[in-house]
Amino acid sequence: MEPSASSASHAKAPDPVVRFETHPSRYKHWKLSFDGAVARLEMNVDTDAPLRPGYELKLNSYDLGVDIELADAVQRLRFEHPEVKVVVVTSGQPKIFCAGANIYMLGSSTHGFKVNFCKYTNETRLYLEAACSESGQHYVAALNGVASGGGYELALACEEILLCDDGSSAVSFPETPLLAVLPGTGGLTRLVDKRKVRRDLADVFSSLAEGVRGKRAQDWGLVDRSVPRSRFDQTVIDRARALAAATPDKQGAGVALPALEVARWEDAGKAGADYRYVSVKVDKATRVAELRMLAPDAAAPATAEALRTAGADAWALRAFRELDDALLDLRFNHPTVGLVRLLSRGDAARVIEADRALAAQAESDWFAREVLLHMKRVLKRLDLTAKSLFAIVEPGSCFVGSLFELTLAADRSYMLGEGDDEGTAAFVGFSPLNFGPLPMSNGLTRLASRFLAKPDRVAELAEQTELLSGPDALDAGLVTFAPDAIDWEDEVRLAVEERASLSPDALTGMEANLRFCGPETTETKIFARLSAWQNWIFQRPNAVGERGALTMYGRPERPEFDWRRT
Amino acid sequence: MSSVVNSDRIPNNVHLGDDKKLQRALEAWQPRYVEWWKQMGPEGFQEDDVYLRTAISVDHEGWAHFDYVKMPEYRWGIFLTDPVPDRKIGFGDFMGEPVWQTVPGEMRNMLRRLIVTQGDTEPASVEQQRLLGKTCPSLYDLRNLFQVNVEEGRHLWAMVYLLHSYFGRDGREEAEGLLERRSGNPDKPRILGAFNEPCTNWLSFFMFTYFTDRDGKYQLLALAESGFDPLARTTRFMLTEEAHHMFVGETGVLRVVKRTCELMKQNKREDARAEGGIDLATIQRYVNFWYSCSLDLFGGEISSNAASFFANSLKGRAKEDSYPDHKALDVGYAMQVPVIGEGGRPTFRGEEVPLRNAMNEVLRDEYVEDSQRGVDKWNKAIAEAGVSFQIKLPSRRFHRRTGIHAGMHFDVEGNPLTKDEWEARKHQWLPSEADEAYLQSLMSKPVYEANQMANWLQPPPHGIKGKPVEFEYVRRHP
Repeated sequence: MEPSASSASHAKAPDPVVRFETHPSRYKHWKLSFDGAVARLEMNVDTDAPLRPGYELKLNSYDLGVDIELADAVQRLRFEHPEVKVVVVTSGQPKIFCAGANIYMLGSSTHGFKVNFCKYTNETRLYLEAACSESGQHYVAALNGVASGGGYELALACEEILLCDDGSSAVSFPETPLLAVLPGTGGLTRLVDKRKVRRDLADVFSSLAEGVRGKRAQDWGLVDRSVPRSRFDQTVIDRARALAAATPDKQGAGVALPALEVARWEDAGKAGADYRYVSVKVDKATRVAELRMLAPDAAAPATAEALRTAGADAWALRAFRELDDALLDLRFNHPTVGLVRLLSRGDAARVIEADRALAAQAESDWFAREVLLHMKRVLKRLDLTAKSLFAIVEPGSCFVGSLFELTLAADRSYMLGEGDDEGTAAFVGFSPLNFGPLPMSNGLTRLASRFLAKPDRVAELAEQTELLSGPDALDAGLVTFAPDAIDWEDEVRLAVEERASLSPDALTGMEANLRFCGPETTETKIFARLSAWQNWIFQRPNAVGERGALTMYGRPERPEFDWRRT
Repeated sequence: MSSVVNSDRIPNNVHLGDDKKLQRALEAWQPRYVEWWKQMGPEGFQEDDVYLRTAISVDHEGWAHFDYVKMPEYRWGIFLTDPVPDRKIGFGDFMGEPVWQTVPGEMRNMLRRLIVTQGDTEPASVEQQRLLGKTCPSLYDLRNLFQVNVEEGRHLWAMVYLLHSYFGRDGREEAEGLLERRSGNPDKPRILGAFNEPCTNWLSFFMFTYFTDRDGKYQLLALAESGFDPLARTTRFMLTEEAHHMFVGETGVLRVVKRTCELMKQNKREDARAEGGIDLATIQRYVNFWYSCSLDLFGGEISSNAASFFANSLKGRAKEDSYPDHKALDVGYAMQVPVIGEGGRPTFRGEEVPLRNAMNEVLRDEYVEDSQRGVDKWNKAIAEAGVSFQIKLPSRRFHRRTGIHAGMHFDVEGNPLTKDEWEARKHQWLPSEADEAYLQSLMSKPVYEANQMANWLQPPPHGIKGKPVEFEYVRRHP
């Protein structure tokens, strides 16, 4: 983490309105360049362009604005640059790779903003890792200077780490010894789980503010190679080219991701955003939001070529890009919203048709595969959103296939429980996408997570080709409640109002516990430990109290601790 | 005891004879040190007999023992000034408590970094100066160069003693690292920037010993206040030697300046270069360069490290006693902080920095004042020679590469400049390649005759230890 700034303010700044769309032509902090199959992503953070005023981004330290650009670059590389096989992440500043999240930004942010910020940066790191494992885009961290805190965590998310051996470039986790907090972007987990650094060495490393350099960093497994400065640049190039040579080509040109079209509105305590396939409506007084997704309005592209022609306009990509943006908007710009009603509308057959085509095309076409992988990421973002999710399955809705995943992601689902007529009844149903391609962070599909007690049920359901009405869906365990028409309105209203009255903290914890049942993965560990340990420690007086280490950091006095272990 | 690690070969007052731990560490380190000296020490003079001062004890008699010695056989010793009975910590959060005789665990890393950073400068300067013997202006100066070199070597020993005695295995590794880094080597550079700058001619050497060793003096003064008593006692003894280095620098520049004035008076157009001297404008440019590089060594103006060092009672201010308050809390230090303004030209905003965070600047203030004293002497000599010129220390904003002014541009008066303005004018202020080439041409032939002196500087008024200036201070062995 970054030690700079002279005038840290100790009042919490109001959360700024954040927008998540950007483009390389507008990057302030990164430079993306290409040399054949090798892309170079160079971090050169503009000190004077923080997301909100009040701190300076010295020493390549980052804030949300910097990370939004990184996430954009990772996403665009996957869609727009199929020719890229290796991405070298490095720094454009002398002697410093990245000093991690800006301490003064953290110090002056609300707790809620900090948590959301950490969650977002964690998602970005996982996307970067997924690009390596799923898309044949290998990230190589070229540490041409000090990588501390979040800087080293960024490196840890890369597939390979090369460290310049010049006597001063080091990797470090100074959080515990300097700030009395923990690395917040999965660093500790990746150290022992991903890089399999011996736990006692990891212990020494994580309590040594100045970090570890050169050969020792390599011996301990903290980096893959330590390379003398005079040979560093060439070694990076050679390694990138070798990795690229071992990676298969993808056929066909890239697909551009244009800016999303969205109309945002605000009116008498209500606010909203209307995209083409997604709309969001927020009621500030009740703290309840509505998120509605529309089915495709045209036939699905029949072939991979047709899908590519449709490009970012294809429903499967556009609707989920819009959903992603809407989720981030809800997380960051509507922090008091506690409950989201998930709605859908449109022709269920079109959703199933689009899903089937996509599943088939994804077997041989990289673009179709990217669209599907993107869908997976967005649905994970939904799982990881700290708001109560209630799916409302009404007549005219289209919770089938990929959209049925929203119902399965919800904490509860309410489905109208009568009728079987197309006009008056509600239906749910499956597509191939419910049975594998869209797993949660725990590695299981949402259906498998739902039927942990009866794993065979999932295979039986895969045979189910007909849509299910309310009573059938209830019987099958696919929805929580199925009130009849007379009870419907009261039931749903009461449930929503009751939920919205409970403690937001307790709900966040309860939901996270229940959503991620089943096995642990690196991903679930990272998020669980972020919410449990990191966020807890971030609230403790030893860190943020009047004499806590984070509060005192950069100030002339030393911190004081309450020595009782908890 | 071994043949190399014993109190005869290594003069000391730290009971080396009884200290198994230190003996073990030095047995491994001492041969590597000698190897380093032979490889990186003064090139081409290792077999010569040099009339050197060796410290063999800390008392008045023992600290200055003069004799001829071959440099690789120099007896580098380990000395601490005598302990002050019941010494109490004099500043910071631990003020008033008894000084520490061992390293408090919580401060281990911080202290180690302080000692390693200080220690790294010592061998670095030997490396920077290793070729100067081949262009020396006299045997007197050659001997002074070597005296400075062996003492920088001894200062390395002093820091290594602390690392070996108080920091366990880490300390031994750091001590190795001090011999592995190399000044100016891009793969293993010395830690601080100025110690990677080449010192390629004798004007630079005099400037280095005047300006850069003076940074050393102030760092040592600040460490001499340390609550970690062995560090305080070690650095106090080092200060006596550092004073000699600055003497070499101050009198060296003075002799050049006086000679330049003489040569100017011999020339119709007062053209020193035409007479084979170094013109005052060139001297000024070397002052600008070495002074600004040396200012960088104090570190950032606003520094959380400086605040921690002070808070933890590890590094105080120079002559801490002379300050009224030793806690330095709830006091500010007013600073003009530059920010990039319109067109890339810096502007300033006033800022009140907590005093502890400004400790580097406090130390730099003392240094700036102290640096002026020698400059005044040089100017007095110029005035006495009837030449109208004044050497000026540039503004502390000028040519800075660390701290708040880094990455911005200022002229020698401290006025803000754009990058273009700087590029267009920097050679007015800093030595150019042509200046370097001129100095090289002046100094291409070394003077190894005892009764000779190069044309571009005056002989010193006195020799060393009562010997005449013409004494054969270095006996060359062809």
